[in-house]
Amino acid sequence: MRRRFHPEQPAGFAFTADNLEWAKQQTKKYPDGRQASAIIPILMRAQEQEGWLSRPAVETCADLLGIAHIRAFEVATFYSMFHLQPVGSVAHIQICGTTTCMICGAEELVNFCRKRIASQPGHLSKDGKFSWEEVECLGACCNAPMAQIGKDYFEDLTVTSLDKIIDEFAKGDFPEPGSQMGRFSSEPSTGLTTLIDWQSDNVTKNAAVALALEKGDTTRRIDGTK
Amino acid sequence: MTEWREIKIDGTSVQIDPECTLIQACEEVGIEIPRFCYHERLSIAGNCRMCLVEIVGGPPKPAASCAMQVKDLRPNPDQSPPQILTNSEMVQKARRGVMEFLLINHPLDCPICDQGGECDLQDQAMAYGVEFSRYREPKRAVDDLNLGPLVETHMTRCISCTRCVRFATEVAGNQQMGQTGRGEDAEITSYLNQMLDSNIQANMIDLCPVGALTSKPYAFTARPWELSKTETIDVMDALGSNIRVDSKGREVRRIIPLNHDGVNEEWISDKARFAWDGLRLQRLDRPFLRGPDGRLAAVAWPEALEAAAQHLRDGPVAALAGDLAPVEAIFALGQLMDELEGRKECRLDKTALISGNRSAYVGTASIQDIDRAKQIVLVGTNPRDEAPVLNARIRSAWLKGAHIISFGAPEMNLTYACQHVSDRVDDFYQFVDENKTESDLTMVIVGQGALQGEVGHGVLGAAMALGESGLGMLVLHTAASRVGAMDLGFTCEGGLTSALEGAQTVYNLGGDEIGIPKGPFVIYQGSHGDRGAERADLVLPSAAYTEESGIFVNTEGRPQLAAKATFPPGDAKENWAIIRAISEPLGLELPYNDLDELRRSLREKHIQFQALGELPTRELQPVPRVPSKGDHRIAVVKYDHYFSNPILRASPLMAELTRQQHQKALNRSEKDAATV
Repeated sequence: MRRRFHPEQPAGFAFTADNLEWAKQQTKKYPDGRQASAIIPILMRAQEQEGWLSRPAVETCADLLGIAHIRAFEVATFYSMFHLQPVGSVAHIQICGTTTCMICGAEELVNFCRKRIASQPGHLSKDGKFSWEEVECLGACCNAPMAQIGKDYFEDLTVTSLDKIIDEFAKGDFPEPGSQMGRFSSEPSTGLTTLIDWQSDNVTKNAAVALALEKGDTTRRIDGTK
Repeated sequence: MTEWREIKIDGTSVQIDPECTLIQACEEVGIEIPRFCYHERLSIAGNCRMCLVEIVGGPPKPAASCAMQVKDLRPNPDQSPPQILTNSEMVQKARRGVMEFLLINHPLDCPICDQGGECDLQDQAMAYGVEFSRYREPKRAVDDLNLGPLVETHMTRCISCTRCVRFATEVAGNQQMGQTGRGEDAEITSYLNQMLDSNIQANMIDLCPVGALTSKPYAFTARPWELSKTETIDVMDALGSNIRVDSKGREVRRIIPLNHDGVNEEWISDKARFAWDGLRLQRLDRPFLRGPDGRLAAVAWPEALEAAAQHLRDGPVAALAGDLAPVEAIFALGQLMDELEGRKECRLDKTALISGNRSAYVGTASIQDIDRAKQIVLVGTNPRDEAPVLNARIRSAWLKGAHIISFGAPEMNLTYACQHVSDRVDDFYQFVDENKTESDLTMVIVGQGALQGEVGHGVLGAAMALGESGLGMLVLHTAASRVGAMDLGFTCEGGLTSALEGAQTVYNLGGDEIGIPKGPFVIYQGSHGDRGAERADLVLPSAAYTEESGIFVNTEGRPQLAAKATFPPGDAKENWAIIRAISEPLGLELPYNDLDELRRSLREKHIQFQALGELPTRELQPVPRVPSKGDHRIAVVKYDHYFSNPILRASPLMAELTRQQHQKALNRSEKDAATV
């Protein structure tokens, strides 16, 4: 897909004070004259702040590092993880479409997203709250099919469970990430067959899910304050 | 110096610098490796994979020879020198494979492609590719860009070698080109489809190995095999870039650069490349004489020569040598003036160049010295406008760590960081005193702007003193003929003003940048109907630089021979021949009947013309440093880059470029106003 700036651009972009401080710290990681190396983390932070990379955002990042705009644009168009178009105000759903997920039904999830959110990946839903895209392997093959929403993984998805998750996001809740069919992590779906002694009744959620539930920031934008 | 290493290439042993890449090592033994992305004047990208070679005993896969150095080769277990093969089965198979991949998305439109006949991809597909395609799927198509009036794009043909991006970034210092996207979606593009802002951008056309970037003015006018090619010298600036003029029939169709390490490397400026459309417009094709009604009327040559002789005989005569006149014509005119006891002058821009002191009007540094300079001091010059290719060389020195300092105009929009010190002459003198012994790799480049006015001599003396302790000083001229005319001593005491004073007849040999006051009878000899012809009372049409053989001495004092590519239009004659013809009715017959005789006589009188193409040694003759009185400034001469001579002013393309330049300047100032 040809990646270019979105036709509708905001008037400007500015890092929040904390993010700007963070970005300046990033440049210090590199030797003098090699500050351009910090372009990826800084673009990513700009995206995490705004949800997507607008032209002013890319240019601000380039100016911050003293590199030509085209150099930052090259990086932004190279990596598909940089969104060059606006994403849903509530959540951007990234459905894994690589082999394992595909075999286990990712295509159904994609078709569902086409119906429920927007007919094209990267487009906004009618209410502007959601957008979706198919991405390459996210490395959770044991829990296929899965999707990444915000910072968290939602695994063992079905059309029904994805529908429910989207509903909850739409209401403003933070649905529980992790396996949607009750698995602790990537053990067999029929229950543990080995290492049974290591099961503990006290720990019901794996660390990632526990952290997500504790923080409740699955889809929160990063302004640098935390 | 590192120790040289022995390697074996296709069985031939060669001793080679370990810093060399394998592709350079192969060239050393005369083996040509096919390549697309590799270019010796650009950084190494290694992305086309066409230059694969086999390393015997190395990894079981071919290696990209452009990106691997000789020192990276491991010796064999038995300590015998490493061996590479450039034509083994593995290499041939790899090349076929690479070629097949490159051709997958390359359109089969060679019959309508301007690169056809001189296309690297075409040639290499013939030499190293397979004769069929297994690819049956739809091909990729890419939108074209609008890069401006010079470079035409057909981006579907692009094979993503990124030479253009590297040229723009590294040589031109233009941060607009880039490669976006990845894989199949990778595209070469300018940022947000901007038009390129560079005056050497068209070199991309030569660099592009396929027909993705082609010349817009030359589009679809000729095939390379139809053109007759003449190797000659450019006169659009004083650099003396080596060029090849391609002509078809009587017309010049295009101009491309030739390689000359000492002068232009292998770049030329856009105005040198595209000046040719000015060669067919506004031409003077027959003599004109101003009649009693005040209008110029066409006359025949005998009549014109008679009129010229009559006025020359009449009395105080002055001769002016313009910016594009070849050495031979100036020499002949000089001899004629000596006979007539006339005054002669070539410093039409009233600079303080010192006659007879070659180290002062040329300098002692060469263009190549820029490469090793650690500090470059620009005095009253904007090299970006005055010599774009030289400017690219300064940029490459800057990239290697040279510090650039300027005295003169504060805002020059150069392609590198330049520390502007001051425009006061006194500050420059102070700088010279303080810095004199500091670095021995200092080079001083003095522009014509610094040599203006009464302080010109003083600035020149100070610049020489500064250069003396370092690499030397280079006077950057803007007129291609100036150094040659200075070499011939085509000057008079007091400069232009005193030359014209009291003159009854002025012989103007192509001087279009000055206004001659009312009064004297003006004989104008030149190629274009421009300012000079407008003021003239007698117009003698002559050949332009592509239409006659002539010597031009470049800004570093290197005499080079320009060749004749086409014929002058209409009744126009070669410059020296016109002067020789006038000498006859005057009864002062010049002692040569053809160009060879003229050159023999020239070589006898002026030793520096004996070895054309060589850079003569220049002995330093210091110029006294006159202390300045009062508050003088070093100026940069207002120089209309795309309009600097009559050929360029006749060119519609240069008019378009000038318009764009003004528009850009306007936009910039509006932007500045908005931010304030």
